[in-house]
Amino acid sequence: MRKFTEILLKTVMRLAAIITCGLLAYIIGTIFMRGFRFITFELLTTQTSYLNDSIGILPNILNTIYIILVTMVIVLPIGIGAAVYLTEYASNRHLVSLISFATETLTGIPSILFGLVGMLFFTQLMGLKQGILAGGLTLVMMVLPTIVANTRESLLTVPDSYREGALALGSGKWHMIRTVVLPNALDGILTGCILSIGRITGESAALLFTAGFGLRLLSFFDALQSSSATLTVALYIYANEHGNFDVSYAIAMVLMLITLLLNLSAARITGKIKDRRNG
Amino acid sequence: MATIIETKKLNLWYGDNQALYGIDSELQDKEITALIGPSGCGKSTFLKTLNRMNDLVDSCRIEGTVMFNGKNIYGDKINVTELRTRIGMVFQKPNPFPMSIYDNIAYGPRLHGVKGRKKLDEIVERSLRQAAIWSETKDCLKKSALGMSGGQQQRICIARALAVEPEVLLMDEPTSALDPISTGKIEELALELKKKYSIIIVTHNMQQASRISDKTAFFLLGKLIEFGDTEQIFNNPQDRRTDDYISGRFG
Repeated sequence: MRKFTEILLKTVMRLAAIITCGLLAYIIGTIFMRGFRFITFELLTTQTSYLNDSIGILPNILNTIYIILVTMVIVLPIGIGAAVYLTEYASNRHLVSLISFATETLTGIPSILFGLVGMLFFTQLMGLKQGILAGGLTLVMMVLPTIVANTRESLLTVPDSYREGALALGSGKWHMIRTVVLPNALDGILTGCILSIGRITGESAALLFTAGFGLRLLSFFDALQSSSATLTVALYIYANEHGNFDVSYAIAMVLMLITLLLNLSAARITGKIKDRRNG
Repeated sequence: MATIIETKKLNLWYGDNQALYGIDSELQDKEITALIGPSGCGKSTFLKTLNRMNDLVDSCRIEGTVMFNGKNIYGDKINVTELRTRIGMVFQKPNPFPMSIYDNIAYGPRLHGVKGRKKLDEIVERSLRQAAIWSETKDCLKKSALGMSGGQQQRICIARALAVEPEVLLMDEPTSALDPISTGKIEELALELKKKYSIIIVTHNMQQASRISDKTAFFLLGKLIEFGDTEQIFNNPQDRRTDDYISGRFG
């Protein structure tokens, strides 16, 4: 009887694993099968033109890169600064736990709410136009907790003996943080960055009202203040408004490739840092 | 012999717990002073008040004075950074930074503004020689200090402390994590270093105290019970509690 339950449990678990992997394989498979045919050089290097009746997603690829740049440039100093303050300087434990709780809560908020708040605050209150800047700032709010949490976690794993060693040599606090603490927290900071970039790449709801739907090819500075759709928003537009699922699948495939690339580089970076650390 | 550090009525609290009770002591220049006593007796705490490492503990409160070269290090006009370069410290567990051996030693000098490859090279070599680890490291200065053995790491930490040319070297049980051979090397090194530096060493190892120190201070429950020449403390202790401790009746 006992043997029977064991076999049964094993089978059930194996089935669960097969279902999980199968679903994943199915999704990847469908997207590649349906998208692959429509990825052409023209699609990747031109913009959509109603005159030529052609479709191109170059603006959306660029917009995605723009918004990643804008968001990361703003969020990194704020996020790392906050994490350093919380772990190295703040002495009020109640305040620290309150802030940690707040940042954790922020990660659980549906992104459409960030979009709504971003629209109200950045475009209506601050008077920014829909575009990469307003979208980027909205994403800053969204990924800030990820950066703070990852950096903090990483800072906490830096042994106190390093800090003591530096201070005992007469190092000031900031010098100690810059030379001994932050370099050893680099892997956590990078992991946070990559997770954030992944989240930015995949985000659509928060950008609908803030970055906008524009499909025109723009320079970086023009895009900051003009409606500009990222890849995910473009996917939505082509599928929902143009009913063009072929292009949507092509975009989906591009997105999947980007995600894959990000994950691989994350794995490589952490691997490299570990190698170096172990001497 | 000149007094280099003198404590007067030194009281210390961690929160509501008093850890040191009115410590009066005079530590001599170019000597090795051993601090002995059972765990939790306050000897490490005492050591850390001498370079103000206790500042890192939020709840720590200190009364009394610690005079270093005639100046109260808990006075208003003290630059803690400068104090810590003049009073170096070696910790219980070797704590080299996860950098190359060279960068570990150059950390202090660079911090204090020493630039120029040649000058740094000189300091690194001199410090490593002083810490008796030059021959083992001269061919791998670029390698991570974490790749060395525990005893080697501890000597690298000593070299790192010496690189800023302190006057006093505080050692907090520097051999408790090491094997007997490495311990022997560190002890030999301490005897060599006392020609140039004043050394204050916390140790759990009674033989170590009697082997290397000139003066011994016996701590018990936060009080300095007896302080005197090492020979006298070990051969003819004046206090019964000292006698009981060094003859192994408790601890």
